[in-house]
Amino acid sequence: MASSTTKSAFWRGLRDGAPFVVVAAPFATLFGVVATEAGLNIVQTMGMSALVIAGAAQFTAVQLMTENAPVFLVIAAALAVNLRMAMYSAALAPHLGAAPFWQRALIAYVNFDQTYAASVLKYEQEPALTVPERVAYFFGTVIPVAPPWLVFSLLGALIGSGIPPEYALDFAMPITFLALVAPMLKSLAHIAAALTSVFFALILAGLPSGVGLLIAGLIAMSVGASVEVWLERRHAQ
Amino acid sequence: MTYSTGEIWTIIALLGIGTYAIRLSFLALLGGRELPAMVLRLLRYTPVALIPGLVAPLVVWPAATGGAPDPARLAAAAAALGVGYFSRNVLAAIASGALVLFLGLWLDG
Repeated sequence: MASSTTKSAFWRGLRDGAPFVVVAAPFATLFGVVATEAGLNIVQTMGMSALVIAGAAQFTAVQLMTENAPVFLVIAAALAVNLRMAMYSAALAPHLGAAPFWQRALIAYVNFDQTYAASVLKYEQEPALTVPERVAYFFGTVIPVAPPWLVFSLLGALIGSGIPPEYALDFAMPITFLALVAPMLKSLAHIAAALTSVFFALILAGLPSGVGLLIAGLIAMSVGASVEVWLERRHAQ
Repeated sequence: MTYSTGEIWTIIALLGIGTYAIRLSFLALLGGRELPAMVLRLLRYTPVALIPGLVAPLVVWPAATGGAPDPARLAAAAAALGVGYFSRNVLAAIASGALVLFLGLWLDG
């Protein structure tokens, strides 16, 4: 039953999420282009965008597939990029835990960086929202992200094969990754993790594709977490 | 890419299932249990621990030049990183990187 307040919560979510389309559309187009250039056909590209529906992980998988990494390493590395979403799931649970299971199951499918961030912010600002209003708000924020992600992945896949190699598309992926990761460097701990990752990925580059990356990732995660603990302790003194 | 169709769909399917399981994990457990602080800390650093390591070899040894470091690509990477860091704007960072890359390749003749 959609009461007027849940309807208005949905529209507020949609309005608050509207700017997301500005990133989702070009990013999805780029994914479609890069994935088809790498050798996926249109159905596979769309299958990945619809089933995985997570930009950074999709780019990671396609990059490792370009390097012909073993299947389980492609999956492990791309899933590792998505591990942060367990944190989103945990952050949403106190607000949405009382919603019917089918609604939570649907929310999980569209639990993205943007929808999570906008919704948790809203729930914290307005604790009086009812559970149906929270659910409606969440789905409102999904509209500017998920449908454009699929439509523009398809557009990218359709134009991808028509782009000649002199446009240096090999470098679209590194630039996209750097553009994604740079704004995430929010603290000394994040920067330390990133530099550790770069260092070990380069010195372990001789290992089979994907192996060095996972080792570098594990070391970098621990470095990030340790620097955070160290900074907190220093701050507390 | 040398995978069979079956391998490609295995990657897509398992990645889809795994990602969904991660997204559903705590939402499926009623009540919203707290994650241990150390686990939260490690999760917080997964993207910054993996993506730079994935990109670094691509930037330093680009496949398009046969692995030889390339000034245009290094400059483009620096532009994307710098603009992304200071503006916190993903699109501005992509645009700057692309612009510097094409400019560099054009200057390089």
